[in-house]
Amino acid sequence: MTPLRHYETPLRQTPFHARTAPLNRLNRWGPWAGWQAALCFGDVDMEYTAIRNAATVYDLCAMTKYRVTGRDAADYLNRLTVRNAGKLAVGGVQYTAWCDDAGKLLDDGTLFRHGPEDYLICCQERHLPWLLDSAIGFDVQVREVTEEIAALSLQGPCSASVLAAAGFDIWNLKPFRMAEFPFQGGKITISRTGFTGDLGYELWVDPALALPLWDHLFTAGAPWGIRPIGTEALDLARIEAGFLITNLDFIPAHQALREDRVRSPLEMGLGWLIDWEKGQFTGRRALAAERVRGSDWAFVGLDIPGNVSAAGSILYHNQKTEAGMVTSAAWSPALKASLALAQVPARHAEGRNLWVEIYALRELQYVKLMLPVRVVERPFFNPARKRATPAGRV
Amino acid sequence: MPSCDALVLGAGVNGLACAQRLQQAGRKVLVLEAAAQPGGGAGEAEFFPGFRAPALAHATMGLDPRLAKVAPVAMHPPLVTLANGLRVVGVVAEGPDAARWADLHARLTRFAQVLAPFRRMPAPHPGGGNALIPLLKRGLALKALGRDELRELMRLILINVHDVAEDELTDPRLQGLLAFDATLGAWLGPRSPNSLILYLDRLARGPAPLMPVGGMGALAQALAKGLEVRCNARVARVLIESERAVGVVLTSGEEIRAPLIASALNPRHTLHDLVGARALDAGLHRRAGHIRMRGAAAKLHLALSALPETDTKARHVIAPSSDAVERAFNPVKYGQVPEAPVMEVVFPSAHDPGPPVLSAIVQYAPHAPSDPDAARAQMLSNSLKVLEDHFPGLRSLTLHAELLMPQDIHARYGLPDWHHGELAVEQMLFNRPLHGLHRHATPVDGLWLAGAGGHPGGGIEGAAGWNAAEAILEARP
Repeated sequence: MTPLRHYETPLRQTPFHARTAPLNRLNRWGPWAGWQAALCFGDVDMEYTAIRNAATVYDLCAMTKYRVTGRDAADYLNRLTVRNAGKLAVGGVQYTAWCDDAGKLLDDGTLFRHGPEDYLICCQERHLPWLLDSAIGFDVQVREVTEEIAALSLQGPCSASVLAAAGFDIWNLKPFRMAEFPFQGGKITISRTGFTGDLGYELWVDPALALPLWDHLFTAGAPWGIRPIGTEALDLARIEAGFLITNLDFIPAHQALREDRVRSPLEMGLGWLIDWEKGQFTGRRALAAERVRGSDWAFVGLDIPGNVSAAGSILYHNQKTEAGMVTSAAWSPALKASLALAQVPARHAEGRNLWVEIYALRELQYVKLMLPVRVVERPFFNPARKRATPAGRV
Repeated sequence: MPSCDALVLGAGVNGLACAQRLQQAGRKVLVLEAAAQPGGGAGEAEFFPGFRAPALAHATMGLDPRLAKVAPVAMHPPLVTLANGLRVVGVVAEGPDAARWADLHARLTRFAQVLAPFRRMPAPHPGGGNALIPLLKRGLALKALGRDELRELMRLILINVHDVAEDELTDPRLQGLLAFDATLGAWLGPRSPNSLILYLDRLARGPAPLMPVGGMGALAQALAKGLEVRCNARVARVLIESERAVGVVLTSGEEIRAPLIASALNPRHTLHDLVGARALDAGLHRRAGHIRMRGAAAKLHLALSALPETDTKARHVIAPSSDAVERAFNPVKYGQVPEAPVMEVVFPSAHDPGPPVLSAIVQYAPHAPSDPDAARAQMLSNSLKVLEDHFPGLRSLTLHAELLMPQDIHARYGLPDWHHGELAVEQMLFNRPLHGLHRHATPVDGLWLAGAGGHPGGGIEGAAGWNAAEAILEARP
C-alpha cells in the first residue's frame, strides 16, 4: 500500500529545488499551482534591477503544460483558441487565449509549435477536462506534461550573451521563435519568449537535465552577474511590460463563482488575438455578438501621480461614482512612475475624469489619496532590445 | 437555387407536425425521411410475412389539438384498460378501490389539465425572454386551483408514484396500473423520485389511450397528408457555410439546399453527427453528449394464428402490483433481465382488419447488457412466460415472435433506447433538450430542433414539432 503522507508536503518541489533552496536566503516561498515557488531570494530590488540590467533566472516548472499531437492538432487548436494556430509556423510561438461558449476567458498562455502535428500549450491554470472535452470529434491526443518538462526563464539584457557563453548560438533567434540544441547527451529547446518585456529566453529540458542546466548557466553567466529571481521581482517587471496574469487581472470563467465576474478577451484588451476569419472557435458566436453590442468592460493601463502603489484600489469617475478597480499596480523603477492595470466599465476606457482612491497605510494610519489617473498605452516599458535581432551583445 | 423554403429532417410525428405548421404558414416544405415510409417510431412495419404491427408506439394519448385541426386523424373509441383483469375506464374502476381511484384520478386529472397548456407554449424560462400574457394566464389557472389544491400539487409534483399508490389505494392491481403507466417509457421504477410527474404528463396529453383507425400506419399517412415527403433519403450531414446552415447532404451524396432546416431527429445525433464538433462550441458539444437517453422499454410483436380468448379490444396492463413493477426495474440497473417483465398489450388486429397480431411494450429491458443477444433471448422467453400465464394458450397460437430491445430500437429507428432524450424532471421545460437550446434554435443559424428532444417531449403528440415551427415562424415571420 502507498503510505498516504502527501499532506506532510503539500507543495511539490521543482527539479531545480536542490539549487534554488540553498540560494533562498530569506526562505521566502509561496505556493504556485501546487508547487513551491521562490517569492524572493534575498532582495527584490536587486533581483528586479538584474532583470533590467543583467541576466536573471526564474524557475518556470510550475507553469501548466499540455502537449497536443495528432492529425487534427491544428484544427483542434483553432477550435480551442481565439488565435489562428494553423498559421503558426513550426518552430514558432504565439501568445493566445481561450474562452468558454459564452466567450469568457478561461486562460491565456503561449502555444509552441514543435511540428506540423505537435504543439505545446503553456498556461497558468489547469484545463485538462476542458481540453479533453474540446477534443471530442478531433483526431488528437491531449496530455498534461507539466512534470515531464523542466523550464527556466533567462531574462535580461545580458541573457543572449550568457546563452552564447554557455555554447548556445541564439544570436539570430527572433522573438517568438525557438531553436533546439544538444545538451549533455540530451537536448534543450530555447524559445525567445518571456514575461518581463525585456530581452529574454525560456529554456525547456528533460527534468533529468535540470540541475546540469542550472549549473551550466550559472557558470557561464557569472561574468554577467547572473542571479535567481523570485515571483515578486518578476511581477514588477511584468507590470511594466503590461502583461496580465490569470486569476489576478481576471477571473477565469471556470473558477468564477459570481456570474458578473467573468471577462471576455475583448474586455481584457485581447481582441487583437482573435482571428475572425478562421472559422468557428469556441466562444466565437458570443464574441461576435459582443463586438456588435459593445463590451461592458475594458482593461486599461494607468499612469498615477505620486509613488504610492495603487494595488487593489477602487477607481472613481468624477471622484464620486465607482468605476472599476486596479488589478495590479507597482511603482516602476525603470519608468519612475506609478503604474497600474485596471478593469474599468467600457464607457470609462478613455479615462476622462477618472480618479483612484488609494489607502496608504503609514504606521497604523491610513492616508487616503484621491488622485487623477491617465490612461496610457501598454506596454509601459518597451525597450528596443526586446525585439532587436540579432540580439544585443554585452 | 433552393427548391424549397424549409427542410424538415425526419417524418415522425414531430417532423410532420413541424412541416404541417410551416406549410400552413405558407412555407414550401420538403420532409426528408430515411425509411421507406413516413411515421418513424409511429409507423407500421411488417415483422413476419403478411403480418404488420405498429413500429414502436401502438397508441397515442391524443394528438396536439393544433395539429389535429390541420391533419385530422380518425380514432377508435378510447381504449378500455384491463389492469391485471380489472376493468378501468378513466376515473371509473372496478373493485374495492373504485371510490379511491375515482378521487385520486379526478385530482390528478385536475392538476394535469392546469399543466397541459404549458405543453403548447414555449417553455417558460427563469432567465426571462418569456411571452408574458400566456404565462400570466397559466399562472392564474394555477392560482385558481386554490391554496389547498396548489399545496397538494406542490406536494405531489416531485413525489414517487409508489408512495402515492400506497397512500391512496389499497388494491394492488390498481397500484400496479398507476405505477406502470407512470413509468412507461422511463428509466425509473415506481419508487424512483419524480415518477409521479410522468403520470401527470401522460394525463396532460389525454385521458385515455387512443388507436388510430387503420392503425399507426394510417396515422402517419394522415399527418403526412398534403406534405411533400421524400422517403429513402437519409441525411448524412448539415451543410454549413459561413456559420449558417444552408442545406443537407444525403448519404447518397446528393445536396439539397434550403435557407431553413428543422431537424426532428435525435438532438444529439443532429448536433454531433449532422453538424459536428467543428461547427459548435466545445461546451455545448459536450453537453449534447450528456443528454440522458436511457430507456428500458422493449417492443414485442407476436404473429398469431388466431386472437386469444380475451377482450382483445382492450389495453391489457400486466403489472400485478407496484412492487412487481419495481422488481421488474431492479435488474436493469445491473444490465440484467427481469424474471417477470411488466407490460402493456394490445391487439391491433381486433380494431382494424388484418392478420392477428399482438403488440406489447415490455419493461424493463436492460439498455446496455453485456451480451445483447443472450439478453434478448432471455427477455423474450420471460415475456412469453408472463403472457402465457395471463393469456393461457397464447403460446400455441404464436407463429412468430419479434422482440426489439432498446439497442435494436436505436439501430432501426435512430432513437437511442427509444428516446430523443429521457422525459425526466431535470430534462423538462427549459432544460429540454438542454439549457440554452430550449427554444428549439441551435447556435447554427438556420438550424432548428423540432423533434421529441424539445419541449414538451414525445409520446405521439406532435406538440414539440409544432412548438418548434411556432418558434421558427416567430423568429422569421
